[in-house]
Amino acid sequence: MCKGNPNMTTFRAAAALALTACLLTGCSTGTGAGTGDGADAAGGEYTIWDPYPQFDGSSDWVKLLTECGTGAGVTVKRTGYDTTDLTNKALLAAQQDNSPDVLIVDNPVVSTLADAGVLTSTDEMKIDTAAVSPNLLAAGQIGGKAYGIPIGANTLALYYNKKILDDAKIDPATIKDWASLTAALQTVKQKGKKGITFSAIGTEEGSFQFLPWFWGSGANLTQLDSAQGVAALDLWTGWLKDGLAPNSVLNNTQTTSWQEFAAGDFAFSENGTWQLANAKKTGFEYGIIPIPSQSGGTAPAPTGGEFVTAPVQSDTARYAVTEKLIACLTNADNALTTDTTLSYIAATDAVQQKQVAENKELTVWVEAVKAAKGRTSDDLGTKYPKISQPLWTAFQAALSGSATPADALKTAQTTAASATK
Amino acid sequence: MAQDVLTRVPASASAGAGAPRRRSRGHWTAWAFCAPIVIYLIAFYAYPLYRNLDLSLRDYTVRSFVRGDAPFSGLDNYREVFADPAFGPAFLHTVVFTFVSIAFQFAIGLALAVFFAQSFRLSATLRALFLVPWLLPLIVSASTWAWMLNSDSGIVNAFLGFFGVEPVNWLTSPDWALTSVIIANVWIGIPFNLVVLYSGLQAIPAEVYEAAALDGATGWQRFWRITFPLLRPVSAITLLLGLVYTLKVFDLIWIMTKGGPADASTTFATWSYRFSFGSLLPEFGPGAAVGNLLIIMALFFGLLYIRFQRRLNQ
Repeated sequence: MCKGNPNMTTFRAAAALALTACLLTGCSTGTGAGTGDGADAAGGEYTIWDPYPQFDGSSDWVKLLTECGTGAGVTVKRTGYDTTDLTNKALLAAQQDNSPDVLIVDNPVVSTLADAGVLTSTDEMKIDTAAVSPNLLAAGQIGGKAYGIPIGANTLALYYNKKILDDAKIDPATIKDWASLTAALQTVKQKGKKGITFSAIGTEEGSFQFLPWFWGSGANLTQLDSAQGVAALDLWTGWLKDGLAPNSVLNNTQTTSWQEFAAGDFAFSENGTWQLANAKKTGFEYGIIPIPSQSGGTAPAPTGGEFVTAPVQSDTARYAVTEKLIACLTNADNALTTDTTLSYIAATDAVQQKQVAENKELTVWVEAVKAAKGRTSDDLGTKYPKISQPLWTAFQAALSGSATPADALKTAQTTAASATK
Repeated sequence: MAQDVLTRVPASASAGAGAPRRRSRGHWTAWAFCAPIVIYLIAFYAYPLYRNLDLSLRDYTVRSFVRGDAPFSGLDNYREVFADPAFGPAFLHTVVFTFVSIAFQFAIGLALAVFFAQSFRLSATLRALFLVPWLLPLIVSASTWAWMLNSDSGIVNAFLGFFGVEPVNWLTSPDWALTSVIIANVWIGIPFNLVVLYSGLQAIPAEVYEAAALDGATGWQRFWRITFPLLRPVSAITLLLGLVYTLKVFDLIWIMTKGGPADASTTFATWSYRFSFGSLLPEFGPGAAVGNLLIIMALFFGLLYIRFQRRLNQ
């Protein structure tokens, strides 16, 4: 029947194609909202770029931007970019002398942009940074100058699944150092549950997750292959070897690692402040403890979160309004709204106290943020990216078994040393 | 048009003296007609290529990128790339990835094309369904493969476990990562080979097969003595296009393994991306240099194809 009727066959083929195409694309006709390009010097229009594309026009964040613009007597044109995209967008814009008036950018990028001469310092821009916690501000400082003000901070801690720990009769409060954590993981495993998830992916995200353990051993980024550094990597590889952490950590982003935890089989997950809202949706009881250091106490975790910066403009007359916009975005009331929306911890003591008063749960995070350390701090600045990349290559090599922790870190140190010379 | 010809013919016959002037005007008209394609080629091919070459010959830092005053550094970027310990493995991975992918894509695509050429019931529908990998956005197919090959919760390991096989760390073991991305890439490339080779098969006249059948050729002989040789021009272009596509495959690898673990599946394409965009500090110079190496490799195979084509025509 089919053979005799070519029209029928073609029709059927076309229908099959159309149907599959339709199924695959969901037959959507929607297109992304178009965004215009860059700054228009004429008129009272000021551009703001941020890395929060998840917020649209109806969100509190965008409303705040609009209000701040109205307060300063200008209209605000806001564009949200993907974080990884924003650095290159900002560099290209600076090259074309088309920078936004306000750029909100991930903290380890600030020193890179400042070094390129893209950003104005807080002295030039008259931004008051006195109230900001010094450990948070440090990420945006090079050569004694600050190049922006943190909008808030996030960091890493350990989420735990309450039921799994209860069943294994583990009191999370007793987990104070690496030994007690590993012992807890082993107990959980004996009970037939899984230990811990984290992200050891070969990108900056992986380095971000490794740093609490690296710093928690007392190691320093200027000497990757120190005995302490090797101890930290031994801890991770040991977990993988003993089946306390899944092998998939090598490919996990922090989001996929969270999804593994949210499935309910894992006792612990190393994850960030930003997952708090999702933690409430998991359907099981959870708790949070700070990441322990090797010998006990809270390990310094790296600070995450963005800085509000003011890129250099050829028309310096624009700075006056930009100052007002930044002051508006970072004043105590607005910072509280913003940090609540973003699920961040505020950068100033006063607002942190308000946050804790509103929500007791945040106490752990406020403590963690106080102990946290900027990746580009210690005057590493633009050297940090050149150290971070060898570092993630090293833990990937060690975790996948292609090198021992000591050898992997030795190679990393050689690479980093020659790159930062 | 017809009218144009009619009016012009008597004019050129009567007035010979006016001809050169008209020809020069025609010259300009010709150029005007060429202008769109010339502008297009310059804007979208020549200039980007020139920029890439320029990037690879200068010492770009973030600062000099913004200011546009990067000093000329000759072949320093290339030297740096060649001296990098990652160069050898990346080159080897690129070659293995490309040739193994192409070999399987072509073999399976040809087998399927011959199979479907027999136009049995539902063959058109089935053939259409085989195009699915081609229709899928790469982000979807690559993520799906990554989930399927997940060490702990992937369906492939679950399936292997059913037969008592130990779980394989497809994406996270240095021994398997490259194999995994090759498998996914073969799957994606089959439809292209199938479609092109199938249309090539349609062009082979049925009489040749009939004659062969009368001479008593077996199916195997018919394939190797008729189909394969007559398909050679189509095969050549399929292989060449496949080569160029596969050399520059980036998204699939990046989504599945990020070139990891620890460079175990890094090819030139992912390496170049990682230089330019993969870390917090972009290194445009070496990134562009690696990109140019890829272009040279593609160009080499392009020239090989032209030579092959010429020999075929003789």
